[in-house]
Amino acid sequence: MRRFILIAVPYLWLVALFLVPFLMVLKISLSDIALSIPPYTPQLDISEGWSGFKAFLSQLDFDNFIFLTQDPLYWRAYVSSLQIALISTVLTLLVGYPIAYAMAQAPDEWRPTLLLLVILPFWTSFLIRVYSWMGILSNEGFLNQFLLWTGIISTPLTILNTNTAVYIGIVYTYLPFMILPIYSALEKMDGSLLEAAEDLGCSRLSAFWLVTVPLSKAGIIAGCFLVFIPALGEFVIPSLLGGSDTLMIGKVLWEEFFSNRDWPVASAVAVILLLILVVPIVLFQRNEQKQREMDQ
Amino acid sequence: MRRFSWFNATSLTLGFAFLYLPMLILIIYSFNESRLVTVWAGFSTQWYGSLLQNESFLDAAWVTIQVAVASSTVATILGTMAAYVLVRGGRFMGRTMFSGMVYAPLVMPEVITGLSLLLLFIGIGLERGIFTVVLAHTTFSMCFVSVVVSSRLVSFDKSLEEAALDLGCSPFDAFRLVTLPIIAPAVISGWLLAFTLSLDDLVIASFTTGPSATTLPIRIFSAVRMGVSPEINALSTIMIAIVTVGVITASVISKRSSVAQQRDEQAAARAT
Repeated sequence: MRRFILIAVPYLWLVALFLVPFLMVLKISLSDIALSIPPYTPQLDISEGWSGFKAFLSQLDFDNFIFLTQDPLYWRAYVSSLQIALISTVLTLLVGYPIAYAMAQAPDEWRPTLLLLVILPFWTSFLIRVYSWMGILSNEGFLNQFLLWTGIISTPLTILNTNTAVYIGIVYTYLPFMILPIYSALEKMDGSLLEAAEDLGCSRLSAFWLVTVPLSKAGIIAGCFLVFIPALGEFVIPSLLGGSDTLMIGKVLWEEFFSNRDWPVASAVAVILLLILVVPIVLFQRNEQKQREMDQ
Repeated sequence: MRRFSWFNATSLTLGFAFLYLPMLILIIYSFNESRLVTVWAGFSTQWYGSLLQNESFLDAAWVTIQVAVASSTVATILGTMAAYVLVRGGRFMGRTMFSGMVYAPLVMPEVITGLSLLLLFIGIGLERGIFTVVLAHTTFSMCFVSVVVSSRLVSFDKSLEEAALDLGCSPFDAFRLVTLPIIAPAVISGWLLAFTLSLDDLVIASFTTGPSATTLPIRIFSAVRMGVSPEINALSTIMIAIVTVGVITASVISKRSSVAQQRDEQAAARAT
């Protein structure tokens, strides 16, 4: 009996507050918009039982999804989300790898402190970390002041409210997610392998390419997915740092819901976002699975 | 040990400068006298004073703390139960679906979690406010708790529990007296994680709250949309200070307890 309660309580909680709401999104994405509260016409009337269900099936339509494919705004938002998420993932890797590498090479007694320094920003409010860049990137911000002072530029650069600012924001906020898995892969690496490669005539650079990088592959893959997956649905960064022409699907969904109050279309946008996410999530799970099997 | 090269030293210096400079600038300029955030006009703590008199920020902070304490506590209980069921529960009907539901919210974009919960609350006619935000935060943070706790449960020796059961403990007592003390550090860090996730959340709270309950992130977001302001800098500095003290304290405590545990294990090994 106790075992039953132990299983049933978290189970039912998740069914009620995760599965059911998710099915409602699916259902509403197939409904029609209405000028009422809630602003949609439900297609499934549960009180009518089986006949209601049959009526529901016959009424199902993909109008909202067809609408999404016809309006270029949504199509562009999906493509540009993928593009922004992909570019920022590559940038994060380029910034994060040298840091993770240096941490793994650092003397043993430094490592706990370095690790703490990487984790600390992760505990700090996400919103504040994004906000801190607004003062740096604006036209009269610190970056422009600095560049004007050094004489590198003569007129201020426009960075805030462009895609560049979004890239910087994503790299900055998700950097710990990239560093940690790569660091844990590099830390396990046996240093004598590199010495062997060098003894056998490899230059340091080719030893790095042929030994270190392949051995940290699992960490690189994990880090990339940990950045790519949340970046794709990001809302805060494009809305604070991006401009009016920065199209990201999280922002579109938010506006569709709060400004246009078109719930069925917002739900359809959400369903498609999830369908896009399924591929990277499955690949990520496989990578983790493989890693666990190799560790055993 | 390989020599620590200049290349590594440079990448560490630049990397940590990148991670910490923005926050450092924010902290320094929260003590700026001028309202113009990018021009230094002298040292002043006036923005902290005006922040403490700003009722809307104080109200929002109080709402946020209530939500975070309630949701992280419930999430820790549910998450620990879920982890225990997944690691020790054996087979039961719908186990695959259960583990799917535990892991899915971790990768679910916040906008979708928020939207779906809002549709549920409206569908069942629940009035939105603090209670609905607590429900929403509990749901997604219990999944994080269960990941943290289950990784600890996997690594510890099952035979300790079995010994307790053989010696006549009831399953509940075995859990309370043997399992819980061992997994306690993971349960505590799970609670801390849930607490910070709740403090930090903007998107899910925006969807699931009503006009009566504005959380601090929602309040900050609406202020920040207008641009940079010295009051927000002051508020950010306070929040960064709290987190820094908390994380450093937690890491010192966990280091001490792991040293103590190692000492105990070594003593036990010598005794046998």
